[in-house]
Amino acid sequence: MTVTDGPRILTSRFGHPDSYTLARYLETGGYEGLRKALGMTPEAITAEVDAASLLGRGGAGFPAGRKWSMLRKGPLPYLTVNADESEPATFKDHMLLERDPHQLIEGAVIAAYALQVERVFIYIRGEFALAIERMEKALDEAYGHRAVGRDIFGSGFSVDIVIHPGAGAYICGEETALLESLEGKRGFPRIKPPYFPAAIGLYGEPTVVNNVETLSNLPWIITNGASAWTALGAGRSTGMRLFALAGHVRNPGVYELEMVKTTFRDLIYAPVLGGGILGGRELKAIIPGGVSAPWIGPQDLDVPLGQDEVAAKDTMLGSGSIVAMDETTCVVRAAWRITRFFWRESCGQCTPCREGSGWLEKILLRIEQGAGRENDLDLLMDACDNISPGIVWPPAQTTICVLGPSIPSAIASGIRMFRDEFLVHIKDGRCPHA
Amino acid sequence: MTSFTPQTKHLRPDILERATNIIGLYPHRRSALIPICHLAQEQDGWLTPEAIADIAALVDVTEAEVLGTATFYEMLHTEPVGRYLISICTNIACMLRGAYELMDHAEERLGVRAGGTTSDQMFTLEDAECIADCGRAPCLAVNYRFFGDVSSESFDALVERLSSGELDDEVPPHGTLSRVARKGGLQVDAETVSRERSQFARAAQERARASEAADPGGNERKQKSS
Repeated sequence: MTVTDGPRILTSRFGHPDSYTLARYLETGGYEGLRKALGMTPEAITAEVDAASLLGRGGAGFPAGRKWSMLRKGPLPYLTVNADESEPATFKDHMLLERDPHQLIEGAVIAAYALQVERVFIYIRGEFALAIERMEKALDEAYGHRAVGRDIFGSGFSVDIVIHPGAGAYICGEETALLESLEGKRGFPRIKPPYFPAAIGLYGEPTVVNNVETLSNLPWIITNGASAWTALGAGRSTGMRLFALAGHVRNPGVYELEMVKTTFRDLIYAPVLGGGILGGRELKAIIPGGVSAPWIGPQDLDVPLGQDEVAAKDTMLGSGSIVAMDETTCVVRAAWRITRFFWRESCGQCTPCREGSGWLEKILLRIEQGAGRENDLDLLMDACDNISPGIVWPPAQTTICVLGPSIPSAIASGIRMFRDEFLVHIKDGRCPHA
Repeated sequence: MTSFTPQTKHLRPDILERATNIIGLYPHRRSALIPICHLAQEQDGWLTPEAIADIAALVDVTEAEVLGTATFYEMLHTEPVGRYLISICTNIACMLRGAYELMDHAEERLGVRAGGTTSDQMFTLEDAECIADCGRAPCLAVNYRFFGDVSSESFDALVERLSSGELDDEVPPHGTLSRVARKGGLQVDAETVSRERSQFARAAQERARASEAADPGGNERKQKSS
């Protein structure tokens, strides 16, 4: 078990109470990656990020270097940073924004230079008030330090950064909805094609949208080189990654771990990490990558925390959030709460998602409250099938964005793994855990 | 944009000045709609019809468009909210650690159901989706300032401290999102960008030509394959 062997890349300053200040940042090697980057050619930086095989950390896991090379060559108007972290139980970007805002600014300027971008918009989830304040303060310091703005470090490269607060809508974490919101509209996802941001993005211009954690890795990758990064992890999952551990564990929190080298068992049970299940109880199920991901069980504890390794279990590492549920958990209630979330957050454009989520929520609630009907499980699966035909993984899509097809995950997992528990609710008219 | 002079009646001069600065950060005025809604809430505690009219004028859209946009977002309130908006997260990570029991307690303590406001307009209680502080579940936010590992006892203590004004420095009244405003506007003008980017483009072309000259065979092969 190598739970503590890897370097601390993203969280190296988290232990300092003043980790968010420019003074601390400069004292700990801050902005050295940017200085080095500005001495390289933009193509060389893209090549380095490509060679690092840095997989995007927002949820989809798309390689950042390839995303960049999908854009037209030459100057680009906009880079957008997705700091709208809202996937339930995901809280790693929130920590990065609050505790190391300069690291994100440095990464964003490196990306802006590589792509020859004119302006960077950092779209921060509105609820993150402290993060917004710290980012604004850090940005002011960065302008003063000449790490942002005109003629950065005398390189002849200039770029502005704008911090844009959201106002509370999960769907704005979806990149096209984020761009709509940034244009001052409702966060309605755009249909792809044609509205791939790389082709038609912000204000109709080609736009890159990168996640906070993805960009925060760039200073280290440029300073230490792609080979140092690919020496960490295995296969396609290179480098370190933040895992947000929550639920029934002794020590919930954000842990920076080497990809693939750590398993779910390590994360949940290692004394220096999760510390085991609360009260020494038994583990019942794991939600491995945000509530959009299908669940896995105790038999999968030895699966390594790597993108392909988790995908092989017909689920995903997604946003890097892992929720442990112990034996006292009512799975009907868990599935209901997750479904209620999607119902509240559906933007309402597409019928299967808007209507389906509401019906599913009502059926799950009545089962949980002891008023379930005999054919309710079939009804649930039928409604799920209408949203995402076949209820397979990766899911089929009948909607503009992936929120819809994310809805069946919890329900289908719950029924597949704990069918008897659902049936007991219906037959006995009450929750066995209540 | 020089001839554009929006007519406003309600927003304070200091708020208007900040709004104008924000508009200047974007290529299109409408992008400033949500940030200015936050400013209006800072002034009034919620989005009043008068503020909506001003915002419409500032970003050059109809009042209906401002209202239609604002109502999409959880944080923008078109009805009055208490001085303190207490958002208790009940999503999965907090639910597993007692969020609904905390909600029951909060409803009893404040004497309102989730969604309601106390009669003295001090507290609005809200059943919130995940606020991304799951390492300290169950957690809540007061005007988006986060409090973790909340028990019934610590909830009561928090309500006391908010009521007495003890937390005024930490928790501003509802509507104030960021107490740090951006200091300057944009630094990089269009002319600078176009000059710099064409310099970089020329340099890139020269590098491409140089590598072509150094490796003509490679270039030939590329042409054949394409």
